[in-house]
Amino acid sequence: MILKNNQQHYGSISIVLHWGMAVVIIGLYFLGLYMVDLTYYDELYQTAPDIHRSLGMIMVAFLLFRWVWRLSSVHPDISGKAWEKVAAVWAHRLFYVLIFAVLISGYMISTAKGQGISIFGWFEIPATFYGYDNQEDIAGDIHEVTSHILMFLVAIHSAAALKHHFIERDPTLLNMLGRKSKH
Amino acid sequence: MTKKLLLSAALLFGLSSFNAQAEVEKYTIDTKGMHAFITFKVKHLGYSWLQGRFNKFTGEFDYDAENPSNNRVKVDIDVRSLDSNHSERDKHLKDDRFFDAEKYPDAGFVSTKWIDHGNGKATLQGKFTLRGITKDVDIDVSYTGGGKDPWGGFRRGFEGTTTLKLSDYKMEQAGKLGPAVEDVEIWLSVEGVKK
Repeated sequence: MILKNNQQHYGSISIVLHWGMAVVIIGLYFLGLYMVDLTYYDELYQTAPDIHRSLGMIMVAFLLFRWVWRLSSVHPDISGKAWEKVAAVWAHRLFYVLIFAVLISGYMISTAKGQGISIFGWFEIPATFYGYDNQEDIAGDIHEVTSHILMFLVAIHSAAALKHHFIERDPTLLNMLGRKSKH
Repeated sequence: MTKKLLLSAALLFGLSSFNAQAEVEKYTIDTKGMHAFITFKVKHLGYSWLQGRFNKFTGEFDYDAENPSNNRVKVDIDVRSLDSNHSERDKHLKDDRFFDAEKYPDAGFVSTKWIDHGNGKATLQGKFTLRGITKDVDIDVSYTGGGKDPWGGFRRGFEGTTTLKLSDYKMEQAGKLGPAVEDVEIWLSVEGVKK
């Protein structure tokens, strides 16, 4: 298996980043939906948000690395009609923008009064922008809306991948799974 | 006869100060210079105190030294300015399970009666509105001080305490926090600048 991408195949670094972040980010979405309904005396009232915040902040580092990695790599060619290729490029750009917006708005909720965010108790990310009027509420609204839009884009992205695999029968999905094309 | 004499002497001596006190003094609560505080404290799990405050409010009061029944207070509070120095807690408190600040951003107190106990102590009766619900509230008031300020103005200060019951204001989550958290103690201190 190759480490870096080439014109035909994804390298293992891109593949691990793709699936690793997909699992964590989708997991964070559902963890978020679950934890906001917890009440004060629920056992996970403290733990669930701790995990959510910690993994979210770790995703910022992954997203930045991934962005640099993407800019400095070649990609396998996109298959499909001309408009599909354009849509694919913009969908991927939108992914970066949305994930960034979700992560930063989440950070802005927890740090709104100047407290930092503890990452699993290992170290703390300090607050940088805080003290704005109703910051925690505004950031909260942005966090919620962008998360829903992100998951909507995940659904479209997944549908497109399945279309490539089952309808076009091209190697797009297998490629991201690290398999050599059998088609 | 002596009474009359005393009165006229007093009138002659202190006509100007008598005139000043005869009228009802009108004050604006100094929220511009932030010499006023509305704080609340509530038990955390029944083990310790949690303190918070409302950062934004405005108000005014009337003060009549001669006839305290003319004393009146009005305060408007921006519920969204709730601050317990912890963003996630503030967000929780402002959401619909507690204060529902988006739907009910305004809270306030309007006094209805001043019951003077002398020595600068009084009970201020009034109507307190929160989450759109108005209840009668008694505030124990004491006069903290008053006089000229160094910048040409005149100020008076009061502090007050009262206890609110969360269940009176229908906070959905309040019941789940248990009986230890039912009472919220309010402490407020206001300094008024004479208009």
